[in-house]
Amino acid sequence: MPMRLTQGTFSFLPDLTDEQITAQVQYCLDQGWAVNIEFTDEPHPRNTYWEMWGHPMFDVADAAGVMLELAECRKVYGDRYIRLSAFDASPGWESMRLSFIVNRPAHEPGFRLERQEMAGRMMRYSTRSYAAEKPAGERYGDD
Amino acid sequence: MTDGELTGGEDSSPPEAVDLRSAFESSGVKEILEELDRELVGLVPVKRRIREIAALLLVERARRELGLSHEPPTLHMSFTGNPGTGKTTVAGKMADLLHRLGYIRRGHLVSVTRDDLVGQYIGHTAPKTKEILKKAMGGVLFIDEAYYLYRAENERDYGQEAIEILLQVMENQRDDLVVILAGYADRMETFFTANPGFRSRIAHHVDFPDYSDEELLEIAETMLARQSYRLSDEAAEALQRYIGLRRAQPHFANARSIRNALDRARLRQANRLFETSTGPVDARALSTLEAPDILASRVFQGNASGGGGTPG
Repeated sequence: MPMRLTQGTFSFLPDLTDEQITAQVQYCLDQGWAVNIEFTDEPHPRNTYWEMWGHPMFDVADAAGVMLELAECRKVYGDRYIRLSAFDASPGWESMRLSFIVNRPAHEPGFRLERQEMAGRMMRYSTRSYAAEKPAGERYGDD
Repeated sequence: MTDGELTGGEDSSPPEAVDLRSAFESSGVKEILEELDRELVGLVPVKRRIREIAALLLVERARRELGLSHEPPTLHMSFTGNPGTGKTTVAGKMADLLHRLGYIRRGHLVSVTRDDLVGQYIGHTAPKTKEILKKAMGGVLFIDEAYYLYRAENERDYGQEAIEILLQVMENQRDDLVVILAGYADRMETFFTANPGFRSRIAHHVDFPDYSDEELLEIAETMLARQSYRLSDEAAEALQRYIGLRRAQPHFANARSIRNALDRARLRQANRLFETSTGPVDARALSTLEAPDILASRVFQGNASGGGGTPG
């Protein structure tokens, strides 16, 4: 049974269309936030540090600029997860205001729950992504 | 997020008629044209051309409202003229105009030259150009001295790469970005001949004439008035002579030369006040440029022909 990664804002909604993504990005820019593009093929929920696609985009006035960069990123990493995050520098440090997935692999195999028996009937649990069993870079390409 | 924003509004039938006159006033185009007339001295042909472009865009918008046209019009322009003839200033107004008419979404002006677009080594140009394009999206990209992008003498010049990226965006993202190319008329002509792709993508050519001597004097007075300075009668007469002489010398840059000359005159005025004043100076003395402040310029010594430095 396929699963859907639910990380970040809007992740329980159907995938956003480009028009909807543009509207969200424009909202961020209007607040004065810098938008950043990140991608990964390691879907584990505790993997917070995704790869950055270029620098965070400061001084961009219109969402079309961000969408241009997103199109480039999709061209290269269209088979992986891509997310946009928006950073607000107004408190004096960069703090994340919004983060949402804008691209996901065609097939998301999901996670296996692993149980490890310990002494005295104690149990340890961990989750392991089926996709992550392949080496990095080969995880989503062939579906 | 609201639904209306995402779906682009409801699908209503087009109106049957459009009142151009009221559209002219309500869109704010009238204000901008009046601002142009008020703030810029001379430039009659430029103002006429801007007025024509504004009328065209207004009609085009009305046609779109009536469902008569669907393609976004080509809005890229070229501004040709000598330095200091107001190209950058007019480009700023143009950005405002396009924004008020709804042809661009933000209305900001990003002003760049070759150095901002073209890199120093292989692989450096594309990211640089794209970075600038990203910043300019939704507004106007003003490329000053655009002919520098193309260097005929070096076929491996990285400028060619920037040109290709620019052309692609100018063609494919016409509703996201308006590009204005600026430079000397003759060198832009050579540039367009070497890059026919640009010529065919540019809808409006605007030529900026040089200012006449009287216009330059008027500009000088406006500049000074903005900084609460004035010219004494003798100084005005001296400045008039200065303009005539300065024009004949190399590196004459119209209004920019005048601004620089006035900056230097203010420097001399300050020095004069400092050296000659014995008691307290009044507001009148502090804000008046006298003839000696202007006449001390090297331009009057008739030897400025040697060397290309800026005459003092």
